[in-house]
Amino acid sequence: MAAPCVEPAKGGFSFENCGRNDRFKEMGLKFPTAYKTGTTIAGVIFKDGVVLGADTRATEDTVVADKNCAKIHYMADNIYCCGAGTAADTEMTTQMISADLELHRLNTGRVPRVCTANRLLKQMLFRYQGYIGAALVLGGVDVTGPSLYSIWPHGSTDKLPFVTMGSGSLAAMAMFEDRFKPNMSREEAMKLVRDGIAAGIFNDLGSGSNVDLCVITKDKVEYIRPHEIANQKGVKQGSYIYKKGTTAVLSSQVKKIDIEVVATEVKPQPMDTQ
Amino acid sequence: MSILAYNGAAIMAMKGKNCVAIAADRRFGIQAQTVSMDFDKVFEMGPHLYIGLPGLATDVQTVSQRLKFRLNMYELRENRKIKPKTFMAMVSNLLYERRFGPYFVEPVIAGLDPATFEPYIASMDLIGCPMETNDFVVSGTCSEQMYGMCESLWEPDLEPDDLFETISQALMNAFDRDAVSGWGAVVHVIEKDKVTTKYLKTRQD
Repeated sequence: MAAPCVEPAKGGFSFENCGRNDRFKEMGLKFPTAYKTGTTIAGVIFKDGVVLGADTRATEDTVVADKNCAKIHYMADNIYCCGAGTAADTEMTTQMISADLELHRLNTGRVPRVCTANRLLKQMLFRYQGYIGAALVLGGVDVTGPSLYSIWPHGSTDKLPFVTMGSGSLAAMAMFEDRFKPNMSREEAMKLVRDGIAAGIFNDLGSGSNVDLCVITKDKVEYIRPHEIANQKGVKQGSYIYKKGTTAVLSSQVKKIDIEVVATEVKPQPMDTQ
Repeated sequence: MSILAYNGAAIMAMKGKNCVAIAADRRFGIQAQTVSMDFDKVFEMGPHLYIGLPGLATDVQTVSQRLKFRLNMYELRENRKIKPKTFMAMVSNLLYERRFGPYFVEPVIAGLDPATFEPYIASMDLIGCPMETNDFVVSGTCSEQMYGMCESLWEPDLEPDDLFETISQALMNAFDRDAVSGWGAVVHVIEKDKVTTKYLKTRQD
């Protein structure tokens, strides 16, 4: 079929390549892997809010694709969400639900609740039967106080005082099970989440680099990135710059760019009144 | 064999001081058989904006054309040049739309902001997960070699001339250890007032 010259604006996924891609599979060509965040993410409820934490490693199979990626996503001014699993899925799912929450806020004129975000996320994920590989830790403070959810790719959720997710969840949960107590202070909670994430960074191969934290209280959000650089890179001793002219060039062309005036500033001048 | 390695490609981008560079090999092959050595994988998307598309050659061309179309529509509607970050979101959306039947490309974006001339580089996986960095991005069949070269050669605040040597040597030494990429290379160094395009002399085996 000849493609129309204008792409119609429509929402949802496109399956136009699926047939072709299946034929590739029959030819015996292997499918590539998407970025995964083989992650440690965690959250804890404390006296007056929620602390969310995440490591910052993204992997593509065994290669570290990103050494400092942000896994704590914005949902609303009072709600944040950590993502583990297929990186594109966590990124896009949180973006989409964040937009839904903002529309909901504008329609109702109220600060969005964490349980609303939770239901929007679980209904979206359940609809796709686990094929959208997003494992999330959702936390925030609303009119009912602080709350914390873990959301699984198939759409089931738990509402708990402390949760962990991702490949480093066992390491982090070990710390939480040992040291969690209700009504901790802000500092205690931050230390506990930091230690949980650090346990993931150092014991789980899928997690690494830095510790990011997000502390949400009733009227303040502190997104601390990085909270701790757990693995400082060594300082390079030598410089490995090649001398100019090392690379053999066959042909070279220079394209001059006329700089467009994008913005002009008009300074006020006193009016001539003489 | 992976679909991404069917035609072979190696592309990287690096940040310098008030400049960015994007480099790619020129081979188009069908598995081990080289078919041509003047295949374009880097596409100009604006005076300061370039995108490199390694992966399945048919998708390289389809995606570049679809992007150019969306970009033209954006710039006609908005009557201004696109920011690299906005363009990155556009690429990401195009790829994620096909989450369950993807195009087999892993894009690399390099550009300067049209207003502030701030350097910008980013890369993406085949379903559009964006990755923005402050040093370099790599993508293609010899990404592990390219990571190794970039980690050792790159340093901050390189001037355009030094950036050219660094990216050229990083790319060439990486793809010389890869059977399905190489056969010539192109480097674009993007500065505020000019873009310098150089075709490199490389091994032909």
